[in-house]
Amino acid sequence: MKDYILKFWQGLITIIIGMRVTFRHLFVPAVTIQYPTVKPELPERERNRLYVNMDDCIGCDQCARACPVDCIQIETVKSVPGDDLGVTSNGKKKALWVTKFDIDIAKCCYCQLCVFPCPTDCIYMTDVYEFSEFERENLVYDFVTLTEEEKIEKKKNHEEFMIKKEVEKAAAAKKKAEEEAAKKKENGDQPGEKPPDNKE
Amino acid sequence: MIYDWLHNITGSAIAAAIIQSLLPLFIFILPFALFAVLLERKVSGHMQDRLGPMRVGYHGILQTIADIIKLIQKEDIVAAENDRRFFDLSPILVFAGSYAAFAAIPFSGAFIGSNIDLGIVYIVAVTGLVVAGILMGGWASNNKYSLLGAMRAAAQIISYEIPTLLIVVTVIMITGTMNLFTISEWQTQYFWNWLILGGPVFGTAKILLIPLMVISFLIIFLSTLAEVNRTPFDIPEAESELVSGYHTEYSGMKFAMFFLAEYANMFAVSAIVATLFFGGFQSPIGYLGNVFGVKWLIPIEQFFWFTAKGLFFVFVQMWLRWTLPRFRVDQLMAFCWKYLIPFAFVILILVGLITVLL
Repeated sequence: MKDYILKFWQGLITIIIGMRVTFRHLFVPAVTIQYPTVKPELPERERNRLYVNMDDCIGCDQCARACPVDCIQIETVKSVPGDDLGVTSNGKKKALWVTKFDIDIAKCCYCQLCVFPCPTDCIYMTDVYEFSEFERENLVYDFVTLTEEEKIEKKKNHEEFMIKKEVEKAAAAKKKAEEEAAKKKENGDQPGEKPPDNKE
Repeated sequence: MIYDWLHNITGSAIAAAIIQSLLPLFIFILPFALFAVLLERKVSGHMQDRLGPMRVGYHGILQTIADIIKLIQKEDIVAAENDRRFFDLSPILVFAGSYAAFAAIPFSGAFIGSNIDLGIVYIVAVTGLVVAGILMGGWASNNKYSLLGAMRAAAQIISYEIPTLLIVVTVIMITGTMNLFTISEWQTQYFWNWLILGGPVFGTAKILLIPLMVISFLIIFLSTLAEVNRTPFDIPEAESELVSGYHTEYSGMKFAMFFLAEYANMFAVSAIVATLFFGGFQSPIGYLGNVFGVKWLIPIEQFFWFTAKGLFFVFVQMWLRWTLPRFRVDQLMAFCWKYLIPFAFVILILVGLITVLL
């Protein structure tokens, strides 16, 4: 009988204690963050979407080589002497036209290894983490600032320049050869320099 | 009384009666259900350190309306093996049972659906319809979880009617009437005259009655809580064991009827507890209408106090829900038969002795 009353009393007391706890929690500020309107504060060194500041990129390809999953693809074209590429923010001279800078963010593993080798700090992690897409192709980000025509033009320029250079080089070589031949002639005929025209 | 006023306006007793019987549904139960669903979600959220619904309207106040619109749009699914006739009848019976209880509840000094002398007994009897409805729904669903839930519900509601009735009888012995309106009037407008504090008659009896009344209030509160299948007595619809009990198979508006009935029931039992032990529509501190001499203000104040008391007990029900875990079936039955009923009997005998001897 004593046990019975004690049980009843204990039940009552424990319910009251429990209700006090829940009532106190009614006034505890909620931990909810109203997500799309209020964003949670991210840690200082969070790693999210990559961004490339093309104004600073010198096309050195170091990030692509550092990437463990090969999600960065870079193609460059050398500039011709007349081109003005400007300088990067930390004073480096740019020498290459970047005609392709694709990051396949679907492949990216957010290791941040591409960020450290960059000599101009132009590739870095942003705090954007909402970039889902319906099509997988949309996740390949193209950072190149040149238009298609410009790319073609730069390539053409470069090729032309190369041809010109080749021509100049050939001309220079010819000239040099001629000069040398002339020199040798001056020095006196020596066999072996030129095969003698025996056949004729 | 509102009935006389309606009779004057419409000039027909039948029209007045119909309008009066619809009043609690349209001006009270439906808005209350809308409000209570939101309140429940908000209270649940804040008790768990969350926020609850926040998107629809300011702090989610239109959430329930959006839910209702969703429920109306939903397809009414009836499985091939369901017993169609009883399946359709069940939600109507359940809702009718809980709605009929409102007929004898005095909302204020000027409005009571039907001022019958059997008041409280009528309410206990008519809520028996709910058991029939639930059992019918569970059986007609042709689903083992529904049937199990329905049988548990029937067993639980019938068991817990016993302590409820014993306490009701105790109250009737003290007040000498079964009419809820008279019981409310009898506990006058100051809180020390309420039955929880021994009633309006000063003397030895009042002091002796106070502890007994506190315990009987606890008993009737818990047993009515079990009757409306609320946590911690929600084993008939235990989500983790029985999917959702007797309304597993229901969808769309039929489910909404069960839902509405549940919230109507919550308020009905809160109102009964408030009427029996906390003075019903009576104000705890007197009326402003009496102070300023504005007679028409008094019924409005009474309605306010009645709603406030009812809502307070609805809040306590939600509060208990997030405090206590669910009972096991055997614990539930043991709690009723081994604790509530003996205590109720002892109180019945003691109160009987007090009322006879003092």
